[in-house]
Amino acid sequence: MQMTLKIRRFNPEKDAEPWWGEYQFEAEPTDRLLDALNHVKWYLDGTLTYRRSCAHGVCGSDAMLINGRNGLACKLLLKNLGSRITVEPMRGFRVIKDLLVDMEFFFDKYRAIKPYLITNSPEPDQERLQSPEDREKFDDTTKCILCGACTTACPSFWANPDYVGPAAIVNAHRFIFDSRDEGKEERLDIMNSTEGVWRCRTIFNCVEACPRGINVTRAIGEVKKALLFRKA
Amino acid sequence: MVHRYDALIIGAGGAGLMAALQLSSHGRVAAISKLYPTRSHTGAAQGGIGAALGNHEEDHWEWHMFDTVKGSDYLADQDAVEILCREAIETVYDLEHWGLPFSRTPEGKIAQRPFGGHTREFGKAPVRRSCYAADRTGHMILQTMYQQCLKNQVHFYDEYHVLDLLIEQGRCAGVVALCLATGELHTFHAKAVVFATGGCGRMFSVTSNAHALTGDGMGVVLRRGIPLEDMEFFQFHPTGIYKMGILLSEAARGEGSVLRNKNGERFMERYAPTLLDLAPRDMVSRAIYREIREGRGIGGKNYVHLDMTHLGREVLDMKLPDITDFVRTYLGIEPAKELIPVQPTAHYAMGGIPTDNDGRVVIDEKHTPLPGLYAAGETACVSVHGANRLGTNSLVDILVFGRRSGRHAARFIKENDLPPLSAKPEERSREIIARLLSSQGQERGADIRESLQNEMMDKASVFRDAGTLMAMREKLKEIRDRYANVKIEDRGAKYNTQLLEIFELGILIDLADVLVEGALARQESRGAHSREDFPKRDDANFLKHTLAYLGPRGIQLAYKPVTVTRFEPKERKY
Repeated sequence: MQMTLKIRRFNPEKDAEPWWGEYQFEAEPTDRLLDALNHVKWYLDGTLTYRRSCAHGVCGSDAMLINGRNGLACKLLLKNLGSRITVEPMRGFRVIKDLLVDMEFFFDKYRAIKPYLITNSPEPDQERLQSPEDREKFDDTTKCILCGACTTACPSFWANPDYVGPAAIVNAHRFIFDSRDEGKEERLDIMNSTEGVWRCRTIFNCVEACPRGINVTRAIGEVKKALLFRKA
Repeated sequence: MVHRYDALIIGAGGAGLMAALQLSSHGRVAAISKLYPTRSHTGAAQGGIGAALGNHEEDHWEWHMFDTVKGSDYLADQDAVEILCREAIETVYDLEHWGLPFSRTPEGKIAQRPFGGHTREFGKAPVRRSCYAADRTGHMILQTMYQQCLKNQVHFYDEYHVLDLLIEQGRCAGVVALCLATGELHTFHAKAVVFATGGCGRMFSVTSNAHALTGDGMGVVLRRGIPLEDMEFFQFHPTGIYKMGILLSEAARGEGSVLRNKNGERFMERYAPTLLDLAPRDMVSRAIYREIREGRGIGGKNYVHLDMTHLGREVLDMKLPDITDFVRTYLGIEPAKELIPVQPTAHYAMGGIPTDNDGRVVIDEKHTPLPGLYAAGETACVSVHGANRLGTNSLVDILVFGRRSGRHAARFIKENDLPPLSAKPEERSREIIARLLSSQGQERGADIRESLQNEMMDKASVFRDAGTLMAMREKLKEIRDRYANVKIEDRGAKYNTQLLEIFELGILIDLADVLVEGALARQESRGAHSREDFPKRDDANFLKHTLAYLGPRGIQLAYKPVTVTRFEPKERKY
């Protein structure tokens, strides 16, 4: 199929302002958008800059704004996006070069929720037991690949960049609902802070944006509920 | 800019993070990675990590050891395999204690499932040994290890690309890396360095490997005179999505899927009557190639079908959700109802930087270590995989030997001072970058890379012979000439990803050379190295490891013996 790819470009070493690059080429309808970006970089303009690695939706490198919605370039096929596609960097993070944004800010929020199992009890010689039912309670939120698509799709985050954001809450949920974790109270305190979970206005953009199909809003709701029914 | 640390980890996948975690309480430690750590390819591993926990049925590390040795076609060093299989068990418990969300048995134990080549009682029948978290075990390992490193305050340099290894007075003295954000060179001066940079599958056109897997660590040490071991052994995983190479885990077959040719025949019955579709990967990949060659590919094309239709939606959604999603996303196929087109995909380098059982890099046939230098994971060759790796053993390898490297390095940094550093440690890296950035050449890097990948796939993949390998050797000369004339369009400093792609391509060409020379010299068929002109294994002449050095006159080969302890080489049948 004949493709037109319109890409928001910005190179701080050259450009005063961002500009739109337009690229036309032949592609297979079953190609991924990432294949199309690679085609532009490899054959039309070698200066085009973006992140990519696994190319099948598990590493989280290539989240971007695609036809106005967040997604992973390697998980979307051209035939489902149309012959004219607009690609921009994710909203709300500082643009460094073309589609590549500053992720430090995002990982700071992740680190703030203590994203690791906290235990005080002695470890058994073998595994801790956990029933399949208990394991299931946080299964959905273990899928997160930290791509940033949910947080940068969230109007509450755009309005207030200090908001911890859906991705960090998803990762807090993953531990709060893990029967083995003993750090629930400290994490709930973080979630209960001014920039915590209450900033969520249940807009559902995050659910739509998540390339892993995580029901982010439900996870946020479960964290809110845990706070409401918390023993004082 | 010079940074000083006690220890450096290069690469932040499972092996690197495990080594970093072990070192974190023993000194100042930094992990340097060209990606954000959570982007590492460990995260793409699906099916599980092998350990004889015996949670469903009787199992023993000795059985795991036998399977690994037999799977390796007897090329693995058996002392190392013994460590792998013994320590796999405590390593899996460690992961669980660190919070890894394993799938569970009804009693709440870690769930296990069958995997290719893993058997009970020395080959009698498949055994449930692969400990899994749905079909995203690697993702969970990567997340868990990264979480633990954050907890233990490992210092990360994210998006720094290592260009050179520093060796001073016979000791490893650190590395030079390019900061992608600024384009500046940074010297990292340290007592110990652990390379854990992963594999090099991007030298082939059809691969399960991430774009980032260009063998940087292997190439950087090779260029500093350190040999690479057994690089002619490259694993092709039988079930990559046709044309795209995206992996469909062996767990699919572990859960009962089967391979079928154009007649609908379950052809593995003819190739491996006991283990059938769960035979080791080298055998299944060869069987698929044979079916295709003999005209039994689907529609006369070069693929066969993976049949998951009888598993039912519940098994697919509960146990194989990610690969089910891949099939739906990339092929538009419903795996509960339709057959999936698959072909072998370049997956794993059995070879790599030679190490001893503590991850110390050994630089010659006499196992002489280079003090302060370590390697672990796919970039290393201990060798626990020999000529063919069993499924699940890569995750065991990264953790067991990542840990041993980290622990040994922790002792090393206590007992040693910082080595001297030359006056101009960045000189060589500066030259490489300056040469590439000032190139006036006209050859597109993408064209050169495509030639390399297509030719390697055609001439040096599942089947090889002297004719195809000699032809590949000639092609590589041509590719090298074209590379000398490579074109650069981005001459900027910040996030110059074109410059990096060209650097990575240079490494891939060096590694392809090593693979081809090793394969030409090895006049036998063993594991993943299948020579049509020498179809039999030849223990009398080739029960030995290849060491390939990059010298002024190209690749020079040497050999070292295989360590055999418990299991004498026998014919390999399944």
